[in-house]
Amino acid sequence: MRSSLAAKLNTALSWGLLVLLVAPALVAIPVSLTPKRFLSFPTNELSLQYYDKLFASPEWMSSFWQSSVIGLASTVLATSIGTLCAIGLWRVSSRAGEVVRAILLLPLVIPPIIAAMAFSRLFVPLGLIDSYSGLILAHTVLSAPLVLITVSASLAGFDPRLEQASRSLGASNWVTMRRVIMPGIKPGILAGAVFAFISSWDEIVVTLFLSKFSVYTLPRRMWNGIRENTDPTVAAAAVVLMAVTLVAFAIWALASRRGKPAQ
Amino acid sequence: MRLPIQSGWLLVLPFLLLVGGLFLGPILNILWLSVTDPTPGLGNYAQLVTSDTLGRILWTTIRVCVICTVFSVLFGYSIAYAMVHAAGPTQSRMLSLLLVSFWISVLVRTFSWLMLLGRNGVVNSGLEALGIISQPIPFMRNELGVLIGMIHYMVPYAVLPILASMQSIDGRVVQASRSLGATGAQTLWRVYLPLTRAGVVAASLLVFIINLGFYVIPAVLGGGKVLMVAEYISVQVLVTLQWGTAAMLAALLLFGVLTLLFIMSRFMKLSTVFGGART
Repeated sequence: MRSSLAAKLNTALSWGLLVLLVAPALVAIPVSLTPKRFLSFPTNELSLQYYDKLFASPEWMSSFWQSSVIGLASTVLATSIGTLCAIGLWRVSSRAGEVVRAILLLPLVIPPIIAAMAFSRLFVPLGLIDSYSGLILAHTVLSAPLVLITVSASLAGFDPRLEQASRSLGASNWVTMRRVIMPGIKPGILAGAVFAFISSWDEIVVTLFLSKFSVYTLPRRMWNGIRENTDPTVAAAAVVLMAVTLVAFAIWALASRRGKPAQ
Repeated sequence: MRLPIQSGWLLVLPFLLLVGGLFLGPILNILWLSVTDPTPGLGNYAQLVTSDTLGRILWTTIRVCVICTVFSVLFGYSIAYAMVHAAGPTQSRMLSLLLVSFWISVLVRTFSWLMLLGRNGVVNSGLEALGIISQPIPFMRNELGVLIGMIHYMVPYAVLPILASMQSIDGRVVQASRSLGATGAQTLWRVYLPLTRAGVVAASLLVFIINLGFYVIPAVLGGGKVLMVAEYISVQVLVTLQWGTAAMLAALLLFGVLTLLFIMSRFMKLSTVFGGART
């Protein structure tokens, strides 16, 4: 009896905590609607002027496109090499393979500040600092491990005999891959792609070290806005940044819900 | 039956080359730099003993990390427990909230905390309006604000490994404990907690590891007053251009992270830790 009361209290507490986890981030929404000239909460009326300002600003807009280009390009790269690698490790399935997997997951857990130092040290002599290719490559390295994880999770539920059957019926390696394996692990690939995009779209620490003038992503410009802490346009930018993340997240959630009964 | 082994490794190769060439190689270069720049030798490491600033920064980093880990894991345990014991639809609603917060940009959250915790922020003016405080509580530019921001960021990371370990518990064990006369508290303490130990250890280490190198929240909410390792490294590289000191700190950080990761791998696989994010 007592434990069930404790469990109920714990459930209530957990709901409170979960709401607290999400709610503070939403504060950017009212701040972005302020009619005042400084960062503040609206009191009497709401105004969309800072969204007008955001979408009319060539700087913010160029950052928006740069982030999109870098995000999409690194997603395509990370999803391709991450998926291939997951299939490879699944086929190998040996102790050596697991060691390699652990090494390939390192970019997820090594502090971004160390990655930032490493990339900037490497990119200076290569002329990749402050370039699209530099950031795309860096973001690919950081996000491909996410694809490796999600695709591997899909492969864990994939029957290897399907692949053997396909090959023994005469399908080539490539046809087996494209027609048998890929359709079976589509949810994992999609989840990986979504997570890879979000991680590039939000990335700031490595970007701080690699971008100077010509490449200035949305988080990079927001970083300046946050440090100056005066212009409410940064609140509107935060809302747009968050909205894109949530749309990507919703795509994944809808697709994984639809995919579930079939699994 | 198995395919020739080369075909598998061939698919691994692009990723391996990319990580080796663009990530691990340059990191080795940083390690090398820590013993060669500005002069060959262990001069950079000697600063650890001689410099008061470095000692203070390391101490701040460890203190903040420990406090943040304790709270994140406590909250995480409570949430994971509620999730495991919730009915299917409720559980997936809770998971959605958790994952949304997991994926919301750290910059957006930091910005929001600035709005909430400032001198005239929502929290202070709310408490003042309620008559609870007469002076605004200083949240910013001190450890309190940094801790609030970091714990808030880390709770979802703590939940996922604990959730994974709770999901693997056979519910009948708990029933057996209760039917043999144990109270709820005894069952939690003597049965449930030991069974979820791997998850708790993995969660603590994961949170601690991520905290060690945390940059954005301490830099913005600490406002230069709560100097942690990552921010100090960035100042050394971007402002004072002292790569040697920065490389030494990076080497130290790397050593700490890899050691903890190795310990963590004894308890839970890294892919399981993150795999908990999938439903």
